[in-house]
Parts: sequence; C-alpha cells; structure tokens
Amino acid sequence: MADAAIPVGRRFSGLRYHGGVLGAVALFLVFYGVYNLNHPRGFSQQVLIQNANEVFTIALVAMAQTVPVLMGGLDLSVGAVMTLVNCLASHLVTGSPVQIALGILACLAAGTAFGFLNGCVVVYGRIQAIIATLATGAVAMGLALFLRPKPGGKLDADLSWAMTNALGDFAETYGLFDGGRAAWFQPVAWIPVPLLLLAAVALGVWLPFSRTLTGRTVYAIGSAEGAAYMSGLAIARAKLAAFTLAGFFAAVGGLFLAIQTSSGNADIPQAGAYTLNSIAAVVIGGTSLLGGTGGAVASIVGALVLRAISFNFRIFDIPPLMQPLVEGLVLLAAVSLGALRALRTKNRLELFR
Amino acid sequence: MPKTSNEAFLTLSGIGKRYGGVRALDGVDFACRRGSIHAVLGENGAGKSTLIKIVSGVVQPDEGAMRLDGRTVAFPDPAAANRAGVVCVFQELSLVPDLTVADNILIGDPPRRFGLIDARAQRRRAEELLAAVGCADVDPRLRVRDLPLSRRQMVEIAKALGKTPRLLILDEATSALTAADVERVYGLLARLKAEGVAILYISHRMHEIDALADTLSVFRNGRHIETFAKGERSPERIVELMIGREITAQYPPKPARPRPAPRLEVRELGWGERLKGLSFAVGPGEIVGLGGLDGQGQTEVLLALFGVLKGVSGSVSVDGRPHRPASPAEARDRGLALIPEDRKTEGLMLPMSITDNLVAASLPRISRGPVIDRDRERAAVAEAVRRLRIKIGDPADAVSTLSGGNQQKVVIAKWLMTAPGLILLNDPTRGIDVGTKQEIYRLLRELADAGAAILFYSTDYDELIGCCDRVGVMYDGRIVRELEGTAITEQAIVASALNLEAGHG
Repeated sequence: MADAAIPVGRRFSGLRYHGGVLGAVALFLVFYGVYNLNHPRGFSQQVLIQNANEVFTIALVAMAQTVPVLMGGLDLSVGAVMTLVNCLASHLVTGSPVQIALGILACLAAGTAFGFLNGCVVVYGRIQAIIATLATGAVAMGLALFLRPKPGGKLDADLSWAMTNALGDFAETYGLFDGGRAAWFQPVAWIPVPLLLLAAVALGVWLPFSRTLTGRTVYAIGSAEGAAYMSGLAIARAKLAAFTLAGFFAAVGGLFLAIQTSSGNADIPQAGAYTLNSIAAVVIGGTSLLGGTGGAVASIVGALVLRAISFNFRIFDIPPLMQPLVEGLVLLAAVSLGALRALRTKNRLELFR
Repeated sequence: MPKTSNEAFLTLSGIGKRYGGVRALDGVDFACRRGSIHAVLGENGAGKSTLIKIVSGVVQPDEGAMRLDGRTVAFPDPAAANRAGVVCVFQELSLVPDLTVADNILIGDPPRRFGLIDARAQRRRAEELLAAVGCADVDPRLRVRDLPLSRRQMVEIAKALGKTPRLLILDEATSALTAADVERVYGLLARLKAEGVAILYISHRMHEIDALADTLSVFRNGRHIETFAKGERSPERIVELMIGREITAQYPPKPARPRPAPRLEVRELGWGERLKGLSFAVGPGEIVGLGGLDGQGQTEVLLALFGVLKGVSGSVSVDGRPHRPASPAEARDRGLALIPEDRKTEGLMLPMSITDNLVAASLPRISRGPVIDRDRERAAVAEAVRRLRIKIGDPADAVSTLSGGNQQKVVIAKWLMTAPGLILLNDPTRGIDVGTKQEIYRLLRELADAGAAILFYSTDYDELIGCCDRVGVMYDGRIVRELEGTAITEQAIVASALNLEAGHG
C-alpha cells in the first residue's frame, strides 16, 4: 500500500483548520469586489455604510447560530428571538437617555434569557436542539406578535442616526471629540458604526468565550461528546452557556434591526429567512454542521458572502424571480467545497457516522 | 483470595455489576497498594473493563463498597474520580479529535489568566508533559485528528500524567504503541511507582506484564480468581487460571473431508496500519475461524472482503476470479454475505418492521421491475422465519421489539435470503442466549455441508474450537498461527493470541 506510512502529524494543519474560512474570505472578496467595480459609486464611504447596515443583523444571527452548531445542534429559534427583541426594542428604546439605556439593557437581557430557556429545554428536557428550538421559536414569534401586532413603533431618532452612520456622525450627534472634528479623530471618522460594533461583539464577547473552559467544552462536545464526558468536562453547563450566548447574539441583532429601521416588525417570513440564512452563513464560513470545528468569526464572513451575493443582484439587474435560483446555485457551489472530506476516508462505514 | 493489607490504597469489597441479564462482575474483592504496579489479567469478557470503569467512575456498581486511602468513596462520574486522584488511560481513547494536542492534554483544567485559557502557558505545560512521556517530537499545536494512533495513545498518557494521579489505571494503553514508545512508558511507570503512585495495569501482553508488574490478579467470568506476586506462577499456570473449567456448549460434529479447492483465496491483504499482509484460504464446505484478542484486525479483514474499506492492498479471489468490491452491494452481487459486528447499527434498521429488515438485502429478487412483489415478499419472509425458527408475532412489528437472539436471527436470515456462497460472520453470538447460539452453530454447519464457505470471527475461543475446521489466530494485523483439527485447543489459541512465542523467544 502506497501511503501506509502516516507522517507524525502535518506541520501546517493550521491551514486546514482555517481552510474553510479562507475559502469564504476569498469568495467574499470576489463578490464584493465585482459589486464595487460595477457600482456607479463603488468603493465610496456611502456604499460601505449602507452595506454595513445591511450586513449587521444577519452577521449577528449567524454568530448566534454558530454556537449551537459547534455542539452539533441547530437552533431554529435564532430568527424568532431576533424578531422578538426587535419588537421589544420598538417599545423600550425611546425617551430620556437613562430610559434608552435601560431599554437597551432590557432588550439584551430578554434575548439572553430566551437563549437560556432554550438551553434548559435541551439540557433538562433532554430534547434535541432542532425540535426544541422549533417549538420555542414559535413561542418567541407569538410573543413578538403580541408586542407588535402591526409593524410600527418608534426609536430614539438620534440613536438611529448615530448608530447607522460613520463614526464621525456618531461623535457629532453626541458632541464627542469636539463634535467629531478633533484632528486625531479624523483617520477613524470614516468607519461605519455597525462595522465597529460587529468587531466589538466578535472581539469582546466571542473570542474571550471561545477561550474559556466552557467555550472549549462547547467545541469538545461537538467533536466527541463521549470523550468530553470521559475527560470530566461540565457538559450540561456548556450547553446552557452555548444557548444563552446564542440568545445574546440574536438579541444584539434584533436590537440593531430596530435601531436601523426605527420600528419593530413581527414578520414571520422574515424571521424564518434569517434563521435559514444563518445556517447557510455558518456552513459557508466553514463550520461543520456535525460540530467541533469552526467559529463565530468564520460565520460573520459567511454572512458577508451571503449579503455580497445579493448586492450583486441589484447591480446586475437580475430579475427578482431569478434571484432565489441563482442564490441557491451559488450556495450549493460554496458548500460543495466542504464535501471533499469524503474523498479522504478509507473506511466507507465512517462516512455514515 | 486476595490479601487485603492495611496499607492498601484502593480496596473493593463485594463489588457486583449487571448489564441486563449478564453478570459482568460478581462479588469482587480487590485491593492495590501505592508504589506498586498491579497487573489485571483475564480473557475477553472476564470483567476487567467493568472493574476499571467502576474504579474510574464511568459506571456505578450495583452492590459493594469502594475505599480509597481509607475513606469510602463513590464516583458519580469520571470528573469525581479525577478529583480524588484516580486517573484512567482508556483503551477507547478519550481524546477530542478536533482540538489540538495541548488543548486535549490539559482539557480538564487548563492554565487560565482572568478566566481565559492562556494558550502559551498551556503549550508550555503540554510540552513539559509530552517530554515527560518521551514524546517531545509531537507538536502540541497539531490537531489530534492528524496524529497517527500510536502518537494519540502517548498524548492520552501525557494527559493522564497532567492530572497528577495517585492511582493510575492503564487499560491496554500500549496496544498501539511502537516498541520504542513502550520502553518510554516502562521508564515512566517505574518513575511514578518510585514516587508512590498506585498503578493498575491491564494488558494482554504477557511479556509486558512480566517486565512491569509486581502483583498479578486473574479475573474470569466476572470473578476475581486469584492474586499473587510476580514469579509465583508459571505462564502456563496463568493461562490455565484465565481459562478455568467451563461448561462447554454443544457443537455439531465436524465431518472429516479432504481439503477442498478454495472458494476464497486471500494473499498479502493489507490496509493502512491495521492489516499487515495476511494470507489464507476458505473452501466450500469449510468453516474457518479467525481468533485472537479483540482489535487485532479481524473486523478489518471482513470489512475489506466486503468492500467497505478503501485502499486495500494484496490480492483476493473468489471462485478463482479476482475480487475487489467497491461497495457492499457489489460484494453481495458476487455472492458474499457479512453478518456485521453491531447488529443494532450495522445489522438492523431497528424502527423498521421485521419484514422490511428480512428482505433488505434481497429486494431485487422479490421485485418485479421497480415494484416490490407483496406475495413474493410474504413467501420469502415466511420461509426465513420457518428456516431459522425466529419467534415473532406479526412480521409487521418493529424489529426492535424482538429479543437479542431473535434479532440476530433476523440479521442472519436476511443474508441467507441472498443465497450466499461465502458467508462472513463478525462475532455473531455476542450477547445472545445459549439456546440461540446452539441453533446458530447448527445452522452454520448445515450451510457448510450444503457447500457454503464460511469465515467466522469470534471473541469466544470455545466457539472457535467447537465450530471451526481451521482457525487463524491474529495478532497485530497478521495471522500468527493457523490451527487445524485437534490442534485447535484453548491453550494453543490463547498462547498464540498473547503472542507468547514472540514474547518469550
């Protein structure tokens, strides 16, 4: 047999570790580059700000989806939790600055608590994540409809303006750094606030979490739950934490959507689309649906790819009726890259495990 | 009976454990000391694995008490055992394949700063531990998935070491190691012993036990038979203790007939590191056994012949024509049948009906074009149920409602329906009752008499002796000995399975 000698590990396996996300980055650069090249105002701050606003919510929902997927489960409630928080925010995020701040905290707490509830159902009810969250997702939609039977509501106008534009506009709105005119501030004034916020959530919440013992346990559960148990890891706690974190990410997404649209909308098809797109983003980012490999940053890239594809539809005037077809084909091509694993397996029985 | 001295570190008294109707451990008293290497010996199914699972908190005993360092303890899970200083290196590796070597070694309690895992400190600590087991060449940043099995086992040992054990249990921890690694493990164990660690060592390799252990305990049929100091018993006597006197099952007589021309001929069969070039032949009318300890490549031989494995080397011919199936479907079309190892996952579709399971491998035979012919299906099912005397209510019931023995009959009947000329069996009597076993033995002989060639892997040596015309004993991916006729004795199989000749010569 030609390849009987297995080398003592591959030195550059780090590349394979990140192979999925590198492919996604390349896909994004291609789609986004093509879009900007063909856009009349391509590569401008205006376009960047608009795109950043369009990307933020799906990126957060994709991050939310990533955490349960890393454990080998699916969370079908992420879109609904996002929508619930969106409707809640349309009631609470208004009034005096203190009221606004408390409203924001209440929104984040509500989504996080809903995620914790998901975790409890999965862990203590011993119900598979996919079916548990299908049910709790419907509950979340019900609550959202109760809060906002019809689209509407009002958010603080200053907040909406500040959060959905460049950093300079943010500073101007709130009178920071000489109204955004301080000299040192100019090099960063162009950055869209949503991008900054996205980076803050990824670096400030996800990365630390992935480096805690609980975060490590989440990966271990998805990779080999038996081995994780035998290694003495706290499995129930990690599952609770994973769903709770997913709820938090979904809440941030829902809150931003409310700020962006200055309203709440309990739109059932939209919530479903967010959930399904979050799964697509996770897979395009290179996170295995079987669990164990990948990460939330990769899913952000996956979300960027999804959005970059639809930006191109606008530029190239693809008829709306054709868009789902094209989107489906591109998605199929993107996820096929991950299926190459089957070619390496030498025991065909392992493909079925 | 074992001597329990005051200085015993771990003491078990009256430990019993049942799995369903099977007694895995029965009133076991056992003790081991600090600063000593205590070997536990026994055949497959003697209760060794259950013993260490109880000590390390993986399963809970039904009865009896466990004392550690003078205090009564009960471990609800492996984490509790680890906290008490009881650490086990498991035979089925407990590594997480998608995490790095460093992540795995320190998985239970990694070095942290402000609650976050300190990757650099973790890597340093992992490097120290790897160096301590003599594996400084393994890069702690590699994913465990990318390591060969032998390295993984060393990582597993380094991981156990990182928990600073007071009682270290090694369960076949050297089964995949190279000779050089085994030497390193010996050195490490000697050092731990000098430091006062109590070590329980489970191994099938007599020469390892000879080299390492101070004290030996023999288990058989879930009972602790005897404990003695090394050198008190000869290897032959130890083998006798392991085998004991058992009531043998009834086997049909083996007809004497000249060796036929082979139906299956295997030359230099190889696959990765699991099969290292083995050759044998099976003729029509013959039952050929594969013996040896678990995991020496027997399952892989059967899977290779049945088209499950990719990258198989060597040559295989069936009825004189080359045989290289790319799938089980192709193997079936060449007249092969495989009764798989795990009937619950590979043998049956548990929620489906008895009928659906019985006809699963022969659907083309009972179909007209694309449509299953209900009459033919009914007739085939009735014939199978009659032939194997399967006890069923309604054939439309889920197969999961049957007893283990009847489930196994369904698996066998499913394959007999394809009228195979070469039947491969992977431990077909594991976990089924004696009555059904005997029916299976009789059936195998009938099939052989009717001209089938049968290749039969069993973990039960008694069964190999009773059923087989010839037995190939496997060790480490090779057939180390072929026994025929009256030369098939338990003594000979056990001796070959432990590779005693190699160990002492």
